[in-house]
Amino acid sequence: MEFFRSHVLVCSGVNCSFKGSRSVRNALVEEIEKQGLGQEIKVVETGCFGLCEEGPVIVVYPEAVHYCRVSPGDVGEIVEEHLRKGRIVNRLLYRGEAFPKAVQTWEQIDFYSRQKRVVLRNCGLIDPDNIDEYIARDGYEALGRVLRHLEPGEVIGLIKESGLRGRGGAGFPAGLKWDFTASAPGDQKYLICNADEGEPGTFKDRLILEGDPHSVIEGMTIAAYAIGASKGYIYFRGEYNLSIDRLTQALKQAREYGLLGENIFGTGFGFDIEIKVGAGAYVCGEETALINSIEGKRGEPRYKPPYPASAGLWGKPTCVNNVETLANVPPIILNGAEWFRSIGTEKCPGTKVFTLTGNITNAGLIEVPMGITLREVIYDIGGGIPNGRKFKMAQTGGTSGGCLPGALLDVPMDIDSLAAAGSALGSGALMIMDDSHCIIDVVKCFLQFFRHESCGQCTPCREGTWRLYELVDKISRLEATMEDVELLRRLSRTMEDASLCALGQTAPFPVLTTMRFFPEEYEAHIKKGVCPAGICSAVSQTA
Amino acid sequence: MKSLDELKKLREKAQETIRLREQTEGTKIIVGMGTCGIAAGAREVMLALVDELQKKNLADVVVTQTGCAGLCEKEPLVEVVRPGQPKITYGYMTPEKARQMITSHIVNGQVIGEYVIAREDTVS
Repeated sequence: MEFFRSHVLVCSGVNCSFKGSRSVRNALVEEIEKQGLGQEIKVVETGCFGLCEEGPVIVVYPEAVHYCRVSPGDVGEIVEEHLRKGRIVNRLLYRGEAFPKAVQTWEQIDFYSRQKRVVLRNCGLIDPDNIDEYIARDGYEALGRVLRHLEPGEVIGLIKESGLRGRGGAGFPAGLKWDFTASAPGDQKYLICNADEGEPGTFKDRLILEGDPHSVIEGMTIAAYAIGASKGYIYFRGEYNLSIDRLTQALKQAREYGLLGENIFGTGFGFDIEIKVGAGAYVCGEETALINSIEGKRGEPRYKPPYPASAGLWGKPTCVNNVETLANVPPIILNGAEWFRSIGTEKCPGTKVFTLTGNITNAGLIEVPMGITLREVIYDIGGGIPNGRKFKMAQTGGTSGGCLPGALLDVPMDIDSLAAAGSALGSGALMIMDDSHCIIDVVKCFLQFFRHESCGQCTPCREGTWRLYELVDKISRLEATMEDVELLRRLSRTMEDASLCALGQTAPFPVLTTMRFFPEEYEAHIKKGVCPAGICSAVSQTA
Repeated sequence: MKSLDELKKLREKAQETIRLREQTEGTKIIVGMGTCGIAAGAREVMLALVDELQKKNLADVVVTQTGCAGLCEKEPLVEVVRPGQPKITYGYMTPEKARQMITSHIVNGQVIGEYVIAREDTVS
């Protein structure tokens, strides 16, 4: 065993990478060598710490000192002062707005102290390219126990009992989905992990896969055993290069250790995973379009029924689960259904990973118990709205989710409460906007996205997304009448009822929720001919 | 991987490499690493400590540094903090004394009185 007195963890998540964490890491390695500390100090690249706004982030153990906004120019000082002399570099510590005093370690930072990390338990703590570090944190123990001691039916029973619901958007009970696939007739069954995370503003699955790829592989293998699948696919969003690299490496290591392949844990059970990379269509996040894409066909949704559980990939029974859902499985097996139910709400147990974006101080990746209020997320964890501006709206669940006003800040963040409030939990995107934004302009922007992403297979969506855009564009040009608003409403309802898949069914969501919660913005644009935020005007317009 | 036992063995080995990142209440050895300490040979003392811990496979002992404690005359200073025991400060340390201290104090629980310059009675 190699003994190091200090470990320096550098975030290599995609957000810190954009800010130059790679050059920070290289500078660290170089400086440590130069100062002759290479034998004592280990530099580890790890997954996302979550505080992306403050990146690049590095953490120095054993003191667990958390440095923010580190640039290669700071590295010399960190190595000389902290690593060599043991003096903490104060100017690089995190300073919360409410805490003028700098804080040193993760636990002291308000951003982390309110979180509950189950899915992200290893993210930012282990080297994702090293299977041993995952195993050190009880990795693959759940798989071993399942294969050795439980029947497939018992595993399904345990997941049902835990109340785990799908984390991809629809919130369908995971145990029930497994049960349907397990009991469907057929000798060959498939498990698919949906990592085609296309919702604008969502990047949680990407960071889970980058930070802890083995937790998803372990979850998949357990699911495969439960439903009786011998082959699995991970369908990646094409742009997720780092996630794909990390997972490829993780699959290789798991095979070498005999944790994938034939005869896993000497039980005769065999399973392997193939990576399939998508080509960038938003609609391929829809499970049947995704299945078509794996089969090499056009990424268009299928008619349901039959559901994938009875006839999915190549017409065989198939279970499609989201990345986060699968990453929840090993901790549930290890700690029990009762433990899982003790977190979150009664109907929505467990935690939820959210991506905080937009006008918020601590933009980043967080994991909180289900049922926490929007206010707590925005103000206690997110640090509030920056630049002295006021909160205007929060969009939950990505572009196909709803837009909530300040009056609904106390709504609990779980699948049912948000649905009741007229929005959706969705995949966990949380986009915060301040009062400098115009609702009409924002909605127009979303509709432009849907117009572009509609696959064109069914008429309500193909035509509807264009007409929705045109009507909202008319409002933004201050030319619309109240009849146009009525038409917008009727068109939205028709799309919700008649579209083939969730894309067309949810595209009108931002329109309907903003009409409901911000009617005064619509009226100002139409009746008074003014844009309250001063963004829309009759002159300057872009298509 | 053929059995849970095999996984357990692998895990126990792997845990030692990342134990440093778990915030546990274990033994801590703190080396004075101010300019005074470094000039008096604190780096060599620390390297000897790390090397000896590795040889004895004591992965649960954490070695950290601190700045000048004010007693530059007696550098290199090494403090040993163990839960439930008074803090012991050794002075005039050398690599040999450091290795000796690991065997006697850390492994066998015998403080080397001869090298001690301070004993903080408040139990940490």
